[in-house]
Amino acid sequence: MPLPSTMTPIATNTLTSNLASGVITFSNIPQTYTDLVIVAVGQGYTSSSYGNLQVQFNGDTGTNYSSTELKEFAGTASSSRRTTQSYLFATSFLDAGSASLLVGTSIINVFNYANTTTFKSTLSRGNLPGFKTELNVGLWRSTAAITSLTLTANDTPINAGASFTLYGIKAA
Amino acid sequence: MANMIPISTTTVGSGGVSSIAFTGIPQTYTDLVIYLSTRASAASDSVGLRFNGDSGSNYAYRYILGNGATATAGTGTTTYTLGGRQPESTFTANTFGSASFYIPNYTSIYYKSVSSDGVSENNATTAMAQLTGSLWNNISPINSITIIPGSGNFVQYSSATLYGIRKY
Repeated sequence: MPLPSTMTPIATNTLTSNLASGVITFSNIPQTYTDLVIVAVGQGYTSSSYGNLQVQFNGDTGTNYSSTELKEFAGTASSSRRTTQSYLFATSFLDAGSASLLVGTSIINVFNYANTTTFKSTLSRGNLPGFKTELNVGLWRSTAAITSLTLTANDTPINAGASFTLYGIKAA
Repeated sequence: MANMIPISTTTVGSGGVSSIAFTGIPQTYTDLVIYLSTRASAASDSVGLRFNGDSGSNYAYRYILGNGATATAGTGTTTYTLGGRQPESTFTANTFGSASFYIPNYTSIYYKSVSSDGVSENNATTAMAQLTGSLWNNISPINSITIIPGSGNFVQYSSATLYGIRKY
């Protein structure tokens, strides 16, 4: 998906060992950008197909999230909805086992994250080699400015070598 | 500091070209992004990437495609990544397609995955929008990329830009 030329890295976390919790947190997010982009590259440890990469904003664990998924899986196109969720489903996250050379990619766009007037929307793109490709639209029903976000992979641990980077984008 | 850096750009001249190549790609970035604005000279609307000159059947793909009426999906293996879409020669004149390719960790020791989105607009019933996930089954760092159409040439004024992204 298009990424503007004003993309600036805010923080990055590259795992040097397996992450048992599956939880990555970015806190104290500067309020000086227009949009945020998260790029997650890696794999879960288990040898099953895939799990979820989930997002919560500002520590909100209430059922304030919803999303719509458009996906290809096993050569078939389909769409589904998730409502009244306690997390935002961003993308699936590849479970490739400990020895595989496969890695999955998630690119999560968070729009107008610092405003205090509107609910926050997201657009996420997932690529899981061998399993699926997908596009997800998400909503967090809160007018609060996003100051922190937590990524959680529900199949754990996340293998060493995975990287999670938060970028800020400034409008012209 | 903005860390999405243009590495190279190409605009096709008169007569068109059969491919667009970026060679000698610096190994100093984290990810690569390619933006395309292209149109085909032939009745074929696909666009893809080939890495390090590898023309073997080493590229797996899976896609979801809308044509203005129905959504379909598919998987397979071919000799380049799928993902881009561009107007065919029969589509509305002066119309170019748009596509983006995101290539994370292009210098890594893992197989290389590519996320791409492409559209081919047309002032008619049928036009294409496609999401594609691809995999190059090779652990080599990517040092060159060749952009190729399904058949024919890229016409004049087609353009491609390669960006590098640093996460530090």
